[in-house]
Amino acid sequence: MPQRMLPEPTPETRHFWEGCAAGELRLQRCAHCAGKSYFPPRPFCPGCGSREVESYKASGKGVLWSYVINMRPRPDMGTEPYAIAVVQLAEGPRMMTNIVNCPQTPEALQLDMPLKVSFSKQNDTITLPLFEPA
Amino acid sequence: MKQKSIAVVGAAETTKMGRIPDLSVIGLHADAALNAMKDAGLKPSDIDGVATAGASPTELAHYLGITPTYADGTSVGGCSFMLHVRHAAAAINEGLCRTVLITHGESGRSRVGVGGRFGGGGGSSLNGQFEMPYGPSGPPTMFTIPVLRYLKTYNLSVEDLAWVSVIQREWAAKNPRASFRDPITVDDVLNSPMIAWPFRMLMCCLVTDGGGALILTSADRARDFPQKPVYVLGTGESVETQMVSQMEDFTSSKAFRVSGKKAFAEAGIKHSDVDHLMIYDAFAHLPLYGLEDLGFCKPGEAAAFVKERNTAIGGKLPLNTNGGGLSYMHSGMYGMYALQESVRQMRGIAPAQVPGAKISVCHGVGGMFAASGTIVFSNEKS
Repeated sequence: MPQRMLPEPTPETRHFWEGCAAGELRLQRCAHCAGKSYFPPRPFCPGCGSREVESYKASGKGVLWSYVINMRPRPDMGTEPYAIAVVQLAEGPRMMTNIVNCPQTPEALQLDMPLKVSFSKQNDTITLPLFEPA
Repeated sequence: MKQKSIAVVGAAETTKMGRIPDLSVIGLHADAALNAMKDAGLKPSDIDGVATAGASPTELAHYLGITPTYADGTSVGGCSFMLHVRHAAAAINEGLCRTVLITHGESGRSRVGVGGRFGGGGGSSLNGQFEMPYGPSGPPTMFTIPVLRYLKTYNLSVEDLAWVSVIQREWAAKNPRASFRDPITVDDVLNSPMIAWPFRMLMCCLVTDGGGALILTSADRARDFPQKPVYVLGTGESVETQMVSQMEDFTSSKAFRVSGKKAFAEAGIKHSDVDHLMIYDAFAHLPLYGLEDLGFCKPGEAAAFVKERNTAIGGKLPLNTNGGGLSYMHSGMYGMYALQESVRQMRGIAPAQVPGAKISVCHGVGGMFAASGTIVFSNEKS
């Protein structure tokens, strides 16, 4: 099996990937827009353009927002069908992920089911934030 | 070009110059953009036009939080920005937008975040970092991601999607050049191979070879040409995000809504004026989102509208009369074929001609709900 396609952090996203490696799901929020959280990471607020933003540790909780089950697995993802999911985080932003510790079936994967982050270490720098039933 | 009708009101370079190892390509674009906005006293929400080369205007707009009605990705090398200025001047004069942001950013020396062009490949692009690691393998596993949320929100089923494929096949049967012309049933669709739950093969577009071309000139000159002129009555465009997971609303496309609204306003038409409609159907849910986001149906009501045969042969709103991407052809960027069918309908020569059609709306999508363009055609000069 070819090696899984993995992210290559940039200076603007490194804090996020370092957080995952440290077991923290880190989001960013704006000092102005009523502390509104945003994702993916960037060094300014997409709501108002302010550069006064901070990174913080999110709860890691969310719900299953939508998904598909890929019946034709990408070669680096193994041979079994898997769900490509979007989780609605408790803090507001959504992110793409995979759902683990759960059968990859429409019956087991119900929209709005509670999820919690489950970190999956891939190598020394990359740990992926996957989710599992809470 | 109208002389002195357009002015530069903001201009800035990146905060640092020379060697900038702490910003990626898109970050350099954004840094320069934020500095130029500060120079002009503007916020991202004040910008309604974006132009850039090297990066995708969609990625730029979403990264900065801009909802544009004008996006120019002309990329012809180092002089692209001169072309952007020229196009922006025409766009502003024409009322497509009011305030255009043109950006450049290149990590020529440090090579940070290089390779993420058009949200495509590179592991350092935003798609590469925050979507690709989770296993999407092309449009059937990405364009489809919002759909379960759409179905749940409006209490719809996969069968509702299947009706789109069935009715478009009826249109395809009337088109000799359509790839698939044999009738299909809802059961056929629901029994076709599963590609990516809940999408089966017959809910996905074809993959074929082909091409198309258009030639435009002024309406004054058009009368001297051999074919019946097809006039552009209104236009719209927008972009939302190059990451499907970051769509603002999984039940509706912001790019569709902004583009469609602008096109209808420019054309000065009501929905009841539309005789013929094309909605780019890479997958069976696209016509449903399109019907709702363009305002032909209320949210959640498009599936019933289709099932009740309003978009079918003899219906009040003939839709995708060539058979669409689902049955006619789809080479990858199908928008050209949607335009070709609108032109045929306006010329009155389509194989499945809508009798007496005078106004055709042609609505396209780019990427996975990333971008949108809408053209309103008329075959009457006035």
